[in-house]
Amino acid sequence: METEIKLRVDGQEREVTVDTRTTVLDALRERLGITSPKKGCDHGQCGSCTVLLDGRRATTCLALAVAHDGAEIVTAEGLGTDGELHPVQQAFVDHDALQCGYCTPGQVCSAVGVLREAAQGWPSVVTEVGAEGDIAPARLDHEEIAERMSGNLCRCGAYVNIVPAVAAAAEAEGAGR
Amino acid sequence: MKPFRYERATDAEHAVATVAAHPGAAFLGAGTNLVDHLKLGITAPDLLVDVSRLPLDEVAETADGGLRVGANVRNADLAAHPAVRARYPVLSQALLSGASGQLRNLATTGGNLLQRTRCAYFQDPSTPCNKRDPGTGCAALEGWTRYHAILGASSHCVAVHPSDMAVAMAALDAVVVTLGPDGERRIPVTDFHRLPGDAPHRDTVLRHGELITAVELPGLPWATRSRYRKVRDRASYAFALVSVAVALDLEDDGRTVREARIALGGIAHKPWRAERAEQALRGLPATEENCRTAADAETADAHPLRDNAFKIPLVRNTLAAVVRDLVPETPSGSLEGAR
Repeated sequence: METEIKLRVDGQEREVTVDTRTTVLDALRERLGITSPKKGCDHGQCGSCTVLLDGRRATTCLALAVAHDGAEIVTAEGLGTDGELHPVQQAFVDHDALQCGYCTPGQVCSAVGVLREAAQGWPSVVTEVGAEGDIAPARLDHEEIAERMSGNLCRCGAYVNIVPAVAAAAEAEGAGR
Repeated sequence: MKPFRYERATDAEHAVATVAAHPGAAFLGAGTNLVDHLKLGITAPDLLVDVSRLPLDEVAETADGGLRVGANVRNADLAAHPAVRARYPVLSQALLSGASGQLRNLATTGGNLLQRTRCAYFQDPSTPCNKRDPGTGCAALEGWTRYHAILGASSHCVAVHPSDMAVAMAALDAVVVTLGPDGERRIPVTDFHRLPGDAPHRDTVLRHGELITAVELPGLPWATRSRYRKVRDRASYAFALVSVAVALDLEDDGRTVREARIALGGIAHKPWRAERAEQALRGLPATEENCRTAADAETADAHPLRDNAFKIPLVRNTLAAVVRDLVPETPSGSLEGAR
């Protein structure tokens, strides 16, 4: 059953007709030709389809497109500006934080989300329980980054460089204190 | 995936009436579990009523000093909420133990309660499963049972409930508020999920068309001393082998248990409120030995399967570890106990 929806993707208004069964991931890749979000597992287990959905990192393979009519989506393709890489993308390049690259767009979008969440003071399960109401920005050390990035799998095992890349981006942003 | 119609609900009563009137209809929240089931062929509704934009996304104070959490509050928001972190740390930790950051940003409070088992056989429509296809049998009984139940199972189903959040809510005596065709119901979360018995296809006591609108956390000042620990096969982003939620009320000596709330995850078809363990600890010092004895009282009737007898000592050790974390100032030596 076809439905017309509107999405704002990487800064552009897009109208697309989708079947009610179409996921956000398939709408992006198959209907709009935006192929940076990858279809790894298609079951919410690998994170390669991660984008920023209404400002937050989200898996797109389990989200129905029709339910996200009107959404603002930023994919890895839309993170940079004017030919400049986003600082997280640059950190991935600088730290050689990839091998085959398939999981990388999802890793980068997830890392951007992690930095936002930490800046808002969101805890992770490894965050030490602080004083009551303590919502200072979270400090992103190795353990925190590994936990917060655990939803993005890398079958090449590039984690050893991904964690330092995220740490460097966090430090540059002031979240690495 | 079978075709389905999609309707976006604009008010809860109408959504309830619509689903109640259509036997093949289902509510859609964020879809992080349901959409997977549509892909896998586990369920095939012909109408999805999307309730994710209903204004059920507030965390509000209640008259008894508790919190009312709207069904559409996202797991990430609930975990980060200052009042939850300060007053119910066990719930924040349980939420943060579940799924991944990008799934928690989508998944809702109501949806988390309604997520279905990750039993490998339930998720594989090529195998028999009484939960997925009633009457076909249970492939897990003679299968790979590392992740299956040790308490409360039946010969029809040995699956476990996968939620972390619900385990913490069971310890906190939370109440599920629903809206059905006949009006509102309030269901203690400990009565919300069912044991499998001979009807494992029914995970909860919800009726068709009944919608979760909120979860209420009762005021419990001593829940500030609470904690959740989850043991799994990898350090993060995995379902529980065993999890333990504990809230402790200690006497003025800082070590004797006045009251305890304990719930276990990963061991039963529902979040398992451990009343025997609570009873066993009440009035005793929170020592490692007493925790182990309390855990053993809870698992005395356990029926482990081929691959999961390890869960009995794992419950014992995890309960002791959580209590040790909650009673840091105990005089030295008192946490040493016989193994």
